[in-house]
Amino acid sequence: MANDNKQTKQNNNREAGGLTAAERYKIPPQDMPEQAPEQRARNFEEVATGFTEEQARKEALRCLGCKNAPCVKGCPVRIRIKDFIAEIAQGNYKKSLEIIKENSLLPAVCGRVCPQENQCQEQCTVGIKFKDIAKSVSIGRLERFVADLDVDDKDTPKVGAPTDRKVAIIGSGPGGIVAAADTRRAGHDVTIFEAFHKPGGVMVYGIPEFRLPKSIVQKEIDTLTRMGVKIVPNFVVGKTSTIEQLLKEDGFDAVYIGVGAGLPKFMNIEGESFVGVYSANEYLTRANLMRAYKFGAGADTPIARSKKAAVIGGGNVAMDAARMAVRLGAEKVYLIYRRTEKEMPARVEEVHHAKQEGVEFHLLQNPKRIIGDENCRVKAIECLRYKLGEPDASGRQRPVAIAGSEFQIEVDCVIVAVGNIPNPLIQQTSPELKFNEEGCIIVDEKGRTSMEAVYAGGDIVTGAATVIQAMGQGRTAAQSINEYLQQKTKIRS
Amino acid sequence: MAHKIISKSQLSEDVFTADVEAGHIVRAAKAGQFVIISVNNEFGERIPLTIAGVNPQNGTIKIIWQRVGKTTAHLADLKGGDSIAAIVGPLGRPTHIENFGAVVCVGGGIGAAPLLPIAKALKEAGNKITVILGARSKSILILEDEFRKISDEIIITTDDGSYGRKGFVSEALAEVCRRTPKPNQAFVIGPAIMMKVCCEVTKEFAVPTQVSLNTIMVDGTGMCGGCRIEYDGKPKFVCVDGPEFDGHKVNFDLMMKRLAAYKEMEKTSYEQYKKHVCKIYRRRTGDG
Repeated sequence: MANDNKQTKQNNNREAGGLTAAERYKIPPQDMPEQAPEQRARNFEEVATGFTEEQARKEALRCLGCKNAPCVKGCPVRIRIKDFIAEIAQGNYKKSLEIIKENSLLPAVCGRVCPQENQCQEQCTVGIKFKDIAKSVSIGRLERFVADLDVDDKDTPKVGAPTDRKVAIIGSGPGGIVAAADTRRAGHDVTIFEAFHKPGGVMVYGIPEFRLPKSIVQKEIDTLTRMGVKIVPNFVVGKTSTIEQLLKEDGFDAVYIGVGAGLPKFMNIEGESFVGVYSANEYLTRANLMRAYKFGAGADTPIARSKKAAVIGGGNVAMDAARMAVRLGAEKVYLIYRRTEKEMPARVEEVHHAKQEGVEFHLLQNPKRIIGDENCRVKAIECLRYKLGEPDASGRQRPVAIAGSEFQIEVDCVIVAVGNIPNPLIQQTSPELKFNEEGCIIVDEKGRTSMEAVYAGGDIVTGAATVIQAMGQGRTAAQSINEYLQQKTKIRS
Repeated sequence: MAHKIISKSQLSEDVFTADVEAGHIVRAAKAGQFVIISVNNEFGERIPLTIAGVNPQNGTIKIIWQRVGKTTAHLADLKGGDSIAAIVGPLGRPTHIENFGAVVCVGGGIGAAPLLPIAKALKEAGNKITVILGARSKSILILEDEFRKISDEIIITTDDGSYGRKGFVSEALAEVCRRTPKPNQAFVIGPAIMMKVCCEVTKEFAVPTQVSLNTIMVDGTGMCGGCRIEYDGKPKFVCVDGPEFDGHKVNFDLMMKRLAAYKEMEKTSYEQYKKHVCKIYRRRTGDG
């Protein structure tokens, strides 16, 4: 009997490439093909071009298919990782994508922008064996590979019979898209309200084309439209209409709030309102959503074409802004961060790409003031040097300024990327809704807020976080909305 | 969701007005608020314009704009029946209206447009209204009749003396402030330099003064911070904290520099547009 089992196991292994763990360890990690740094620094096209089929199947064979699947515990939406990878190894791409889509609606997006090295890939047995995260199975790249094949292009998710219930989704970012799809699948009449003129939220205004092509986001939006989800752009909830009005006057039975953390933080230092100082939000929105990189060649929105730019911050947004400045023609781009590279919240890959593209890292430095010329245009930034002290609340060593260490860097543009906080527009007009001190909406584990029929998820709940987390919370809230509306219907009938 | 222009007319050489379908905005719009407009969803820019009036029956809002660059020129070239690609709003905080007693309302140039709904609301709240309207010249003075209907007193100034008094609104304002009793409150809307000078005047007489600012914006919802000003030494966002502020605390000099941030690029864009329109015109008329 035991022998039989062993036999079956070996057969399974053979089908999946017939390799033992030792043989799998020997397969070298596959490198992601990408545009050469000097070439891509001059265009706006995607940097990483994606695995070839041969590479993907090789990479998939590196997966040990661990019984306890530690990678899944690292995934915020619990994708059945080893199963979808096993299907890639066997060339069953359609099946592979189906497995991913059980848990994640946006694999082409998440495969690109998820911080896998802090999630699934951090837990990967292969990486742990080699004591090197870079040698973990490239789960994200495999996810992207299979998502990009478009194998399910024409499949529109099935929609349930009409329920006569209306759901309003506020915000068309990752959480909103998932919440819309899941509530629509249950047969509800779903409308997404978006403040901008184009849907997609941070995926279209924030994350640049070279990291996440807009066509990928549009494809997901098109799917929603095909499912019958209505999208209303140029509609600011909290201004055009309040949550209460949506429920009481506009006939909605439930509302999901997924408006993100949209308010940029500034440093509150001298000179921060000089001409040439941008929040990363403004800089990236002008460049991405408003297409300012095409100014003079069709687009109407201008943006500073700086020669020497300083970007303040160490997160992904700071990397995006720095790399955008390179592409907009800056000869020098300085990334100024008050801690060391080790503490940077940005993904390793983004840091690596930024350096390759010529961004100069100024670590353990932080601006003290911005200096302008007689026209209040930025001409320099004065920084202080820092050293690392005791650990702070985040567990990272606190940066401590070194007195008297001031020095100046000549720049004509400063981009502030030190984080975002929630937008108070909804808070100002929804007194019934409970918020915490940081301005985030308080929800329970099911995504329910303090207001009946109102649910929330994503950055407006957690503060600035990730696409995948927002997606997961959108899904949880959608499930709660579906349950709530079912209950309500029962009571009525 | 394009917005149809129901009617459009020209108020002066470079100033236009239109009633535009915007049913979703009508319900919430209040005096002092603004909209963001774009004429092209793919490549257009987003510009803030004040809501100059609301017609709940027709579901339309009134906008008034001055032709100064590419987008405002494009708007001016649209006709009744044409559509505007995007209108977002109402944005900003509404004007705080109460019965102050005697109020002086100062409108310079295109500033008369946002001033009108505020003056109307102030009148309805029982205030005694003195209106000071200024323009460079008689031919570009706008909304005089509308203001006459709601004001207890009206003073008109023109820079060149072609109508009303020769001089600036700030001089007329100083005169009104010198009266006994002095006004309880001032509202001043117009070009930045005019608001700056008027605020210097009212500060001298200790007359509280609200100004309405029209800075460069992208989203208009607090997301970009491009509209920020220095207010009482601290940054404030015009789109969500304003557009109205205590004029005595605004750093107008810095605001004017920020308004000029893209001057050269705006000029280029406008020139390109003019050339483009000429080409179309020549093609249509078969001329050249």
